[in-house]
Amino acid sequence: MKNFLKYREIWLLAGIVVLIGLISTRFPGFANPANLRQVFNDTSILMILALGQMVVILTRSIDLSMASNLCFTGMVVAMLNAAHPAIPIPVLIVIALLVGLILGAFNGFLVWRLNIPSIVVTLGTLTIYRGATFVISGGAWVNADQMSPDFINFQRAAFLGLPVLSWIAILVIALFFLVMTRTAIGRSIHAIGVNPTASVYAGIDVGRTKFIVFCISGMIGGLAGYLWISRYVIASVEVANGYELNIIAACVIGGISIAGGIGSVGGAVLGALFLGIISNALPVINVSPFWQMAISGSAIILAVVLNARGERRQGRIILRKAEAA
Amino acid sequence: MTDTPAPRHIPDRLDKPLSSAIFSWEALLVVIAIIIFAINSFASPYFLDPWSLSDLTFNFTEKALIALAMALLIISGEIDLSVAAIVALASTMMGMALQAGAGMPVLVAIGIAVGLGCGAFNGLLVTRLGLPSIVVTIGTMSLFRGIAFIILGDQAYKGYPESFAFFGQGYVWWVFSFELALFLVAALVYWFVLHRTSFGRHVFAIGNNPVACQFSGVRVDRIKFILFCLTGLMSGIASVLITSRLGSTRPSIAQGYELEAITMVVLGGVSILGGAGSILGVVLAAFIMGLVTFGLGLLNVPGIVMSIFIGLLLIIVIALPIVWRRLREGRFA
Repeated sequence: MKNFLKYREIWLLAGIVVLIGLISTRFPGFANPANLRQVFNDTSILMILALGQMVVILTRSIDLSMASNLCFTGMVVAMLNAAHPAIPIPVLIVIALLVGLILGAFNGFLVWRLNIPSIVVTLGTLTIYRGATFVISGGAWVNADQMSPDFINFQRAAFLGLPVLSWIAILVIALFFLVMTRTAIGRSIHAIGVNPTASVYAGIDVGRTKFIVFCISGMIGGLAGYLWISRYVIASVEVANGYELNIIAACVIGGISIAGGIGSVGGAVLGALFLGIISNALPVINVSPFWQMAISGSAIILAVVLNARGERRQGRIILRKAEAA
Repeated sequence: MTDTPAPRHIPDRLDKPLSSAIFSWEALLVVIAIIIFAINSFASPYFLDPWSLSDLTFNFTEKALIALAMALLIISGEIDLSVAAIVALASTMMGMALQAGAGMPVLVAIGIAVGLGCGAFNGLLVTRLGLPSIVVTIGTMSLFRGIAFIILGDQAYKGYPESFAFFGQGYVWWVFSFELALFLVAALVYWFVLHRTSFGRHVFAIGNNPVACQFSGVRVDRIKFILFCLTGLMSGIASVLITSRLGSTRPSIAQGYELEAITMVVLGGVSILGGAGSILGVVLAAFIMGLVTFGLGLLNVPGIVMSIFIGLLLIIVIALPIVWRRLREGRFA
């Protein structure tokens, strides 16, 4: 089974290399390290979000409210910064994490305690959180000139040749990798997706684990909120509107099964990178940005078709193992 | 053969006592609708006016038409997130035909045909390749709207003929708009199909246990394909109505409709996991959403704040029976 997962990611990686190669034929500078660093940095936020979504999808749930959470938390920290520029950035990041955590915990609580399907809960909070952004801001924007220089420059500062934003992404990837492969909670998250009933018998508290994954995706949404606002230096109700589906798309391309149980940190990261490269490459090779949506849509469908084969085969192997046992 | 066969269990409302109708989901929705209606009529003096109530229906009829077909799809255990993108693509195609000098009947035919085609495309992907519909339609959602963006760019098509305007702006009798009449007729048709035909039975059965259905001779894939086609068809019809009402086509048309249609379906008591639900519930939920947004509109509440109420309504209405049952169980335990 492990070989299969590796197989899938190697294919994804190969796909990305081919994509970069194809783009390079039209735009020679694309494959040079400086540009690729730039692409990685541009995709950092999507990668972080995809990892948060991944743990939710692994447990057979879905979080549609992530982009709204991002928008709300971003507005909170932007308004805080505009009103009190003296608050240091690390404190603001902690606040963003906490606000995101609260929003995620609300989702998780409804899923855990009331057993409402997560797609219904987060469909509701998707509109609630975005509406709440309007309420706290009164519909006003927070512009670049209202934000303190620290707020904007923190993630742009170079550290060992990479911007802080990239380092944050690397840190989050490493953290998720450790949690998913080396801890009990990571095992539980996988187990629940593979077989919730068996997980209960194995002593895993399914409801509480789902609560935890929503807390994780909430915190990720909050972190991305600060990163997004300070990167695009404008906070408004429209921020990341509809982005929840891009996040899920990144997961899907990364081979994370929407039916739960199958997926890896590497897959989510590569899936996000794939989408990031497409959106970065189109303008430089003179393809109209209007094509972007159709191209990423086709990429999603193609990825799903390819993944479906792998998944089916894998399902049989699990069955065969179960029969042998 | 004199002995009568043992009565089979028929999963229908007919064999339930009256009390279950009184405590049904639909009854809860009626109560909520009456409460919101009462609040609205107290809150604004402009609410209780035939023309104003007629305007109210424009708030939901287009999305509700899609929700009718979506209800069947969700009951069968699938979902279609691409409906709003289908609306956009169908509208774009109508716009192209308009530029080519097409008349009203051709425009309508194109809108409906594009909708049906997109639905069939979704259906083929889901049934032939055995893919999860939520993922397929996230993909086709970007694809369909992407094509609309490629064709239109940042432009808009305008100048629809006057005869075309009837669909979104015309009235069939006094204050009853064509949209409302069409919705009511469609609701009746969908009610009949879902609750009174074997096709409808199969839809429920597939949602409850697709594998068992397959083994008992139900052509699961064919029915799912038909349901995707129906959802596409209704999106095409909705596209004709919206394009006619707005009198223009933009690639961003109907943005976010998919989530509103799904909200109507879920609020209407259809289980998102499949296998349960009713058309009456969806119709009531559509009216409730129309009442909420229209009432808040009369009070000058901005649209984005209305969405808070819709979201809260969704969660509270779903949570209410669960909390109530827990409380009762707690008391009796």
